[in-house]
Amino acid sequence: MDTLILSRIQFGANISFHILFPTITIALGWVLLFFKLRFAGTGDQKWVEAYRFWVKVFALSFAMGVVSGITMSFQFGTNWPGFMESVGNIAGPLLAYEVMTAFFLEAVFLGIMLFGMSKVPSWLHTLSTFLVAFGTTMSAFWILVLNSWMHTPAGFEMRDGVAFATDWWAIIFNPSMPYRLVHMLLASGLTVAFLLAGLSAFRWLIGDRSNGVRATLKTGMTIGAVLIPLQILAGDFHGLNALEHQPQKVAAMEGNWETGPNVPLVLFAIPNEETRSNDFEIGIPNGASLILKHSIDGVVPGLNDFVAEDGTVLHPPVAPVFFSFRIMVATGMAMLLLSWSAVFFMARKKRGVEGLPKPLLWAMVPMAFSGWVATLAGWYTTEIGRQPWLVQGVLTTEAAVADVPAPLVASTLIVYLAIYAALLAAYIGVLFYLARKAAKGEPLGTRIPASGEAQVTVAAE
Amino acid sequence: MDLFGDPATWLPLAFAALLGLSILIYVVLDGFDLGVGVLFPFADKDEKDRMIASIGPFWDANETWLVLAIGILLVAFPSAHGTILTALYLPVAVMLVGLILRGVSFEFRVKAPSHHKKAWDWAFYIGSMMTSLSQGYMLGMYIMGLEVTAFTLAFSAVTAVFLTVAYSFIGATWLILKTEGALQLKAVQWSKGGIWGVVLGMGAVSLASPFVSPRIFDKWFSMPEFFLLLPLPLMSGALIVLLWLALRRLPTSDDSFAWFPFAATIVLFVLGFFGMAYSFYPFIVPDQLTIYDAASAPESLFIILIGTLFVLPMIMGYSALAYAVFRGKATTLSYD
Repeated sequence: MDTLILSRIQFGANISFHILFPTITIALGWVLLFFKLRFAGTGDQKWVEAYRFWVKVFALSFAMGVVSGITMSFQFGTNWPGFMESVGNIAGPLLAYEVMTAFFLEAVFLGIMLFGMSKVPSWLHTLSTFLVAFGTTMSAFWILVLNSWMHTPAGFEMRDGVAFATDWWAIIFNPSMPYRLVHMLLASGLTVAFLLAGLSAFRWLIGDRSNGVRATLKTGMTIGAVLIPLQILAGDFHGLNALEHQPQKVAAMEGNWETGPNVPLVLFAIPNEETRSNDFEIGIPNGASLILKHSIDGVVPGLNDFVAEDGTVLHPPVAPVFFSFRIMVATGMAMLLLSWSAVFFMARKKRGVEGLPKPLLWAMVPMAFSGWVATLAGWYTTEIGRQPWLVQGVLTTEAAVADVPAPLVASTLIVYLAIYAALLAAYIGVLFYLARKAAKGEPLGTRIPASGEAQVTVAAE
Repeated sequence: MDLFGDPATWLPLAFAALLGLSILIYVVLDGFDLGVGVLFPFADKDEKDRMIASIGPFWDANETWLVLAIGILLVAFPSAHGTILTALYLPVAVMLVGLILRGVSFEFRVKAPSHHKKAWDWAFYIGSMMTSLSQGYMLGMYIMGLEVTAFTLAFSAVTAVFLTVAYSFIGATWLILKTEGALQLKAVQWSKGGIWGVVLGMGAVSLASPFVSPRIFDKWFSMPEFFLLLPLPLMSGALIVLLWLALRRLPTSDDSFAWFPFAATIVLFVLGFFGMAYSFYPFIVPDQLTIYDAASAPESLFIILIGTLFVLPMIMGYSALAYAVFRGKATTLSYD
């Protein structure tokens, strides 16, 4: 394999590993703030229990996100120097603002949030929790601005192969940014919803009957049930936006080769780039035209429009985009089914968690990571869907890669993969270990002081 | 933009200064927490917990200065960023793996089942060593102009060891400040051992740099620069003497002056840093690329600068708040 494909695998592996953890921390920060405020409002100990457990998950996820994020900030330079040399004038300030407005905020206040509970007044601890949640969200904002700009670049001009900013407002609010940001923030909310419910269901199944576990299970499934229809709607809007700006991506997602009306919605197929058609296609007639153009004879773009005269393919590889899109949608449908039936059973006769049938609880445990599956599949759809471009229409991926010997990239890739696999196993293992420990009622070593208590310790110093 | 004259002149300089500041803050702050990691095998089980407690609330923010530094290099000097990082591909990868290992170990060592704790302690130590050694190696390669010869490799191996010793030294002085009792006593001993490494390391770099680069030689040994620069080595020498005297008397019965070694080491790092910055200016890639050649477009630099001038004081402010909240001796670290 050559340096280009190895570098792509390496960056893909890093960013896939990285995104797992911010996806959790972005929404979990707000959920922790919710637990803390609920406790302040009701004085009910179950919210303390919930905070106590989930703050540990947050700390662990945050550390994983930080270290894998640092890795990526270096790989821009080590593997993709062409990216910064060509569009650095735009990407640079966006990344700089992410570091300055988000990273420091999160990192500093995380220390106070985790270890400062008895050292600072209660309001300052709550404020720190808020600032950490706010920081993670800011971080998501800036990085999605940059990512969206790579899909739908705007507000710049090219001089001698280098992009120069002409309108920062247009760069930040580029055409796909609002859709992508909403889609990702909702994805984060859903990931946390199902993680909350999944780990809580696991605790319930091994005999934990605490009010804390009831509260988190209910919170998780309720958030899930509320967000999933919003996400389906947001995803639809995002798809229409992509149709306008990156039709070749949508054509690959739909597995549609020829531009025309009455295009079917392909449920399953094996796209074949040799014959430029689908094998084993099963579809709903006129479905794609209906979804994308809201009329059965709507004209949907096809992949054959994106082949140059000389045969150069200017559309993304079809099969990976086609399949990852379907995995994302299928996971979303499973989320819809699970969360709505859970909410239904909990509301029926107001039985709460007791009303949930056992098979449903068992289904929640593997679905704890459904958010990860959907998020990764969604990112593969959009990022592979942008190929062969790194910045749509401006810079190809091939032009940005570093001139580093392939064996060097291959050997570091193997090391990274081994570490990521080990860390992922350790992470999931520790989540379930903590859940088992909490279910047995063993102390996790954390405690929230009752309101007023914190001030006393400060005064006593 | 034109307030201070031609922005193509002063903006690169301003960003070089910001880059320097970030690197300096990083080396001091992450230096001490990496150093604590390097010292890990010398401590017993309870001492390890106490050592982690002394850096637990800070390490994450400390590492963020590295991200800022690499971010400024990337945004302000994109071509230098590419040249330097591709030339240092392997040591960067080693450092990243090290940072990953030690970063996650903070969490895993207390959350994983207790019989795994020892393994995570090792991961923390190995990660800290990998990070320190690779940073020292990169420093050496950078001084040598990123050229790979047998001599530059040997020189970089030496700087790798010395930077690791320097980190362990500032880590030990941090522990003198943040701990008490037997561990503090140990930290004083560690510092006494480490100080010779620091003297040798600073001496080696100071002597080697002018002799490998005639340009640096001229910058130091021409008149009147020689006399203007003389305070740098003189102050460093005086500080080392003071440090040695202080370490012989520490810890004092009422714990006075426990802050001194750490503070003096910071000043020492600052002096060393200025010496090096002076040697390299105006180059960002030694003897190849100046900050003026490598700088991004002024309009992009300007928009970052405005943000930086607002945000940097805030970052420093709330970082100071965190250090104030966790002032005093480190106690057992808990989420209480």
